[in-house]
Amino acid sequence: MNKIKLIISREYLTRVKKKSFLVMTILGPILFAAMMVVPAWLASMEDTEIKHIAVVDSSGIFMNKIPDTDYIKFKYLENTSVKQVRKNFAASDYYAVLQILPSITYEPSAVHLYSKKQPSFSVKSHIASSMEKELKNRKLRAHGIDDEVLKSIKSDVDIRTIQWTDDGGIKESSTEVAMVVGYISGFLIYFFIFLFGAQVMRGVIEEKTNRIVEIIISSAKPFQLMMGKIIGIALVGLTQFILWIVLTTAIIAGAKTAFFPELGTKNAQEVVVQDLFEQQNNMAQVEQLQPQDMDKITSIFNSIKSIDFGVMFGSFIFFFLGGYLLYGSLFAAIGSAVDNETDTQQFMLPITIPLILGIFVMMNVVQNPESPIAFWFSIIPLTSPIVMMVRIPFGVPYWEIALSMALLVLTFIGSVWMAGKIYRTGILMYGKKVNYKELWKWLKYKS
Amino acid sequence: MELLKAESVDKKFINHIALDNVNVSIPENSIYGLLGPNGAGKTTLIRIINRITAPDKGKILLRGKALLAEDVQKIGYLPEERGLYRKMKVGEQALYLAQLKGLSKRDALTRLKYWFEKFEIQPWWDKKVEELSKGMAQKVQFITTILHEPELLIFDEPFSGFDPINANMLKEEILELKRKGATIIFSTHNMGSVEELCDHITLINKSKNILEGQIDDIRQEYKSNVYEVSFNGEMEKLEKSLNQHYEIIDKTKSNGNHAVRIKLLHQTNENELLSLIIPSVEILSFHEVIPSMNDIFIKVVNEHKSN
Repeated sequence: MNKIKLIISREYLTRVKKKSFLVMTILGPILFAAMMVVPAWLASMEDTEIKHIAVVDSSGIFMNKIPDTDYIKFKYLENTSVKQVRKNFAASDYYAVLQILPSITYEPSAVHLYSKKQPSFSVKSHIASSMEKELKNRKLRAHGIDDEVLKSIKSDVDIRTIQWTDDGGIKESSTEVAMVVGYISGFLIYFFIFLFGAQVMRGVIEEKTNRIVEIIISSAKPFQLMMGKIIGIALVGLTQFILWIVLTTAIIAGAKTAFFPELGTKNAQEVVVQDLFEQQNNMAQVEQLQPQDMDKITSIFNSIKSIDFGVMFGSFIFFFLGGYLLYGSLFAAIGSAVDNETDTQQFMLPITIPLILGIFVMMNVVQNPESPIAFWFSIIPLTSPIVMMVRIPFGVPYWEIALSMALLVLTFIGSVWMAGKIYRTGILMYGKKVNYKELWKWLKYKS
Repeated sequence: MELLKAESVDKKFINHIALDNVNVSIPENSIYGLLGPNGAGKTTLIRIINRITAPDKGKILLRGKALLAEDVQKIGYLPEERGLYRKMKVGEQALYLAQLKGLSKRDALTRLKYWFEKFEIQPWWDKKVEELSKGMAQKVQFITTILHEPELLIFDEPFSGFDPINANMLKEEILELKRKGATIIFSTHNMGSVEELCDHITLINKSKNILEGQIDDIRQEYKSNVYEVSFNGEMEKLEKSLNQHYEIIDKTKSNGNHAVRIKLLHQTNENELLSLIIPSVEILSFHEVIPSMNDIFIKVVNEHKSN
């Protein structure tokens, strides 16, 4: 027992003391934070320059119908042509010229926007949506629906989803938030398993090529060495993860006060979610926070609160460790069977496939977390760490989580046992091209 | 009394037999040579003694009792293929290996200090292993092998990678360890160092041990009645003085003196030989030729092959 502790602490300390660990620990949160803060920051930096757009409407339909916004002002020119406007364009302060042809009522492409520079997306989408609305209203009017009716049928729908909890209460939930949280956790698990699993493999190969392995296993059992390495690296992973969370939160909090002072006392998470929410809805323009936006954000916070982060965090740690132990032991077995990293290819494939499959299924699961595919892949141990983590934010019956966890535990015990047998033989085997048949024989060796 | 005994040990691998009914008994406080051609099974036997692999059949006894997992603390093993973690600092690594052998951190530190001073390598403590030369790394490995003062030491080709000065220092240390009471298993191809160091040997060939015993007994046993005479005078005179009971197998001349190796065939002895040659030449020295371990090794292995 003492020996395995020694091995764990060596594996842990040598890795944590490495410069690359420090670099990763600092760079990771900066990248994460950048991913979350930069789009919001860019949106808030949207140019506040007022753009004047000349409208040459030869259809006569859109006179004063396209509403101005804070930054886009329309000027309707009469009795002129695009040609003439172009002549004076350089001298004018127009940002662009909008030409609407009479055929607009039946030909969608009868609108042209001329400008020097590529017009911004927000300008283009504002014009398109305003014109679409106007055309639609016209057509409705033509069918005899008057303005009163038109006003009264204009409706907005913003579904707030509310879940009934078992204890008779309610909680507000958001599909978008669940999707985002699910995606992030699934990807993190995938990423961690690959990153740290590969470290186990590299560690084993290093010991083998350094020829220190025989010295060590004359003092400790091969199984102790293997488990010590796997556990030590798991602790490195957890340390990194926790440092990332702490640092990311700190950086986002710092960025928030620097870039969004108007958000005042709101915590850093809110900025993140606001940003994510906007991306989800493909809304690039964040102007001032409108009252209804604030309302939406509050609603999102309610739904974030509805996700049980205790359960999320607990199951994240569990599925990370379970998945990592399962794959880490397989990685260790591979490392022991080869002489150098280039020989690992043939054995890596069967390990990589279920992980990548997990990621593919994840894409499907966020659309439909209750589908049979979602269910089965979150129960089968090779993909369950990724897929189950995606499902949990949507709410999963406890028995399914329990079943998935139990199967994962059984499988990793099995894989650790199997890997131990291969490892024991493999670490002392040099200069031999190993294939699956050979591995099978090692499995059957008596100790 | 023997410290370690291997009784009819068998070990089979997938395609070949590594050890076939091998019996070894290693007397306490001796240096025991484990000899044999490449691939004979020496390393497998050493690994079995270290409990790295288990035998298919047979027993390993330490002081008459079955060798247990805890007993590896009493063994120090320097493998033939040896290395260290390249990115780790020398001191840290030595400390780690010592603790794996059951030493407390404090004990390990004091002992390491002593040895690092003795080998004059204190300045390496904070260096990474990759900065050391091969010979330097070997010194560190030697220290970590003996640091926990095991009663049984196993050295597999310990001199490879050492320059003559360091090899000599190592030899002195091995003899010193023996004086302090350790038992040493010594596996090598270098027959010169076997003659110098070993008390007992066993020769393993093709997974069987074919020769075992005290080194002096073995050499006596393998002598073939050959005497070497060096003399002043004429070679022809000496040759003429011999009869059919003698056979000259080797003639050399250096610094004006002749040396000749004479094999006694039968119904004769060294006194008769002397009385025959004394009248013809002036004898400078006369002694029996005892075969070197090298000769014995080659002879025994070749005989075993032809059987």
